[in-house]
Amino acid sequence: MIIEGARWRRSVFFHVPLTAFVIFLLFPFYWMLVTSIRPDRELYKPWSSPLYQPFWTLHPTFEHIHDLLTQTLFSTWMLNTMIISIAATAISLFCGLLAGYALSRLKFPFAGSIGTGIFVTYLVPQTLLFIPLSNIIRNFHIGDTPWALILTYPTFLVPFCTWLLMGYFKSIPKELEECARIDGATRWKAMLYIVFPVALPGILSAGIFAFTLSWNEFIYALVFLSSPAEKTVSVGVTSDLVRGDVFYWGQLMAGALLGSIPVAIVYSFFVEHYVSGITGSVKG
Amino acid sequence: MSQVSTFAATDTYTPRWRRGAITRMLEDQRWFGLLLLTPTLVLLGVFTAYPFVKGIELAVTNTRVGVPGHFVGLQNFVALWHDDIFRMAVWNTCLYTVVATTVKLVLGLWLALLLNRNFRGKAMMRAAILLPFIIPTVLSTFAWKWMFDPTFSVLNYVLLHLHLITIADRINWLGVPWLAMTSVIIVNVWRGVPFFAISLLAGLQTINPELQEAAAIDGAQAWQRFRHITWPLLLPVTMVIMLFSVIQTFADFQIVFVLTGGGPANTTQLFATYAYQIGIGTGLLSQGAAISLAIFPILLLVVIVQLVYIRKVENA
Repeated sequence: MIIEGARWRRSVFFHVPLTAFVIFLLFPFYWMLVTSIRPDRELYKPWSSPLYQPFWTLHPTFEHIHDLLTQTLFSTWMLNTMIISIAATAISLFCGLLAGYALSRLKFPFAGSIGTGIFVTYLVPQTLLFIPLSNIIRNFHIGDTPWALILTYPTFLVPFCTWLLMGYFKSIPKELEECARIDGATRWKAMLYIVFPVALPGILSAGIFAFTLSWNEFIYALVFLSSPAEKTVSVGVTSDLVRGDVFYWGQLMAGALLGSIPVAIVYSFFVEHYVSGITGSVKG
Repeated sequence: MSQVSTFAATDTYTPRWRRGAITRMLEDQRWFGLLLLTPTLVLLGVFTAYPFVKGIELAVTNTRVGVPGHFVGLQNFVALWHDDIFRMAVWNTCLYTVVATTVKLVLGLWLALLLNRNFRGKAMMRAAILLPFIIPTVLSTFAWKWMFDPTFSVLNYVLLHLHLITIADRINWLGVPWLAMTSVIIVNVWRGVPFFAISLLAGLQTINPELQEAAAIDGAQAWQRFRHITWPLLLPVTMVIMLFSVIQTFADFQIVFVLTGGGPANTTQLFATYAYQIGIGTGLLSQGAAISLAIFPILLLVVIVQLVYIRKVENA
C-alpha cells in the first residue's frame, strides 16, 4: 500500500489477520485428511481425555480408504457424478454458446425480454422447484436414472453460461466477423469458425464453473435418485455411509476427501479461468 | 480501397455459389437468432417454467406421492399460516440470512483488503482461499459435523487448551438451540467468505490507486480513505454480490440438512429443509410445494428492492 507503518503494525494489521483467515478457511480440509488416515482406536478418544493428540497421527493407515473403495459403492458414485457432470456441462455449454451469441450479437424481436427472462431464471434457487420437478421427472419416467440430473442441471447452468459468454462476445470486435462475412462466410460459419475460437477463454471459464457446480449439486440428486448404484458422490456419502445413526468418521472423511479431489484437480489447473468466471458472473 | 468499402456496405451481395433456402433464411438475423435460442428456451421452458406452473398447481390441490389430488384452493397456505413450525422456519431463515450475509460481507471485505496488497505467494494464497467455495458443500459440511461432534470435537480441545473453557464445559455445538444456529451460520460464513473476498478483490483492483495516494497526501487517515474513496467506489459490485448471496443463503439447504436436519426441536429449520421434510420425507407433495412457493414472494421482494437500489447506486 502507500505508507507502510512500523514492523509491529504491519504484523498486527496484516500477518495476524491473514494467518487467522487461512487457518479458519483451510483447517477443515486438513482435518478431513488427518481423520481419513487415522486408525479407529485413535479416532474415538474424547476431546477431554489427557491422551488426546488430535493434530497428527503416529500410525497412519489406509484402512478407511481401502474399505471405502472395496466395501461401498463409492467408485460407482464417482463414475456417476463424473458422467452426469460432463454431460450436463456439455449441454449447458452448447445452449449457452448459441444463446449468448444470439443475445449479444443479433438484433431480433424480444431479444431484450428474452435476455431478462434468462437472467431471472439465473436467480431462481433449486430449492424453489425441486418438489414439482420431482413430480415431472416421475411423469417423464426418467426418475432414478442419470437423465434426471443431466437434463435438470442445465436449468441453473445455462443461464450462468449464457450470461458469462455474453460478456465475452460483447468484447470481441464486430469487424472480425464482418471480414469473414465479406469473404462469403455464412452467419453460421462466421460464428463457428471466427467468433467461438476467439471466445475460447470464456468458454473454458464457463465450462469449468459449470463442471464444479454440477459436481456440487445436492438437492436434485438427493430427491431424483433412489437406488444406491445410481447415486452421486454427495448423496451416496450422505445416505449410504451413515448406517442408521452410526457415523463411520474415518470412512466418511475419506469419502469427503476423495469426492473432492476431481473438483480440486480441475480447479488447480484452471484457477485463473475460475476466478475470472466468478468475477464475470458478478459483473452482470 | 474504395471498392472494398462499397462491397461491405451493400447487403445484397450475391455469392458465387447458390445458397439453399434454409441457408438464405438463416442469413436473416431474426430467424438465425430464434434458431440459436431454441435449445435454451426449450430446456428452460420444460424444466424451469413448467415446474413453476406445476408447483402452483400442486400447491392448490391435496396431492400426495402416488395419490392424485383435487382442487382445495388456498387451504394449504391457510394451514401453513397456522403451522408453528412453518412460522419458526420463516423466522429462522430470515435470521440465518441476515446474520450470515452481514458477517460474510464484513469478513469478505476485510480479507479482500488484506489480499489487495503485494506480498510473496499472493497467487497461491488466493487459490487456496477459494477452496471452501469450490469443494462440494455437503462433503465439507461433514468435516464440520465431525469437528462439532460433542464427544470428539477438536474445537472443544482447542478451546480447552487455550484455557477458554474447562473440562466441565461440555459444549454441545449442535445440540443446544442457539448454539446450533450459530454453528450452522459459522459453516455458511466459512463457505461464503471466499466468494465475497475474491469478488470484492476484483472490484478493489479496478480502483485507481492514485485516488488513494492523493487523499493520503491531503492527510486522510486510513479509515477516512476507506470510508470516502474505497467504499463508495466498491458499492455497485458489493450490491450485486449481496444480491446473489442473499438469494443463495435464503434458499440454503445442504448445510442444515447435514449438520442438524433442522433440529434440535426445529430451531434450525429453514424453508428449504422444511419443504423437503414435508414434501419428500412424508410425501405430502402439495404441502411441500406450498412451502417452497412461500419463498417466492419474499425472494421477489428482496430482489426488487436490491435491483432498485443497484440502479440507484449506478445512476448516482
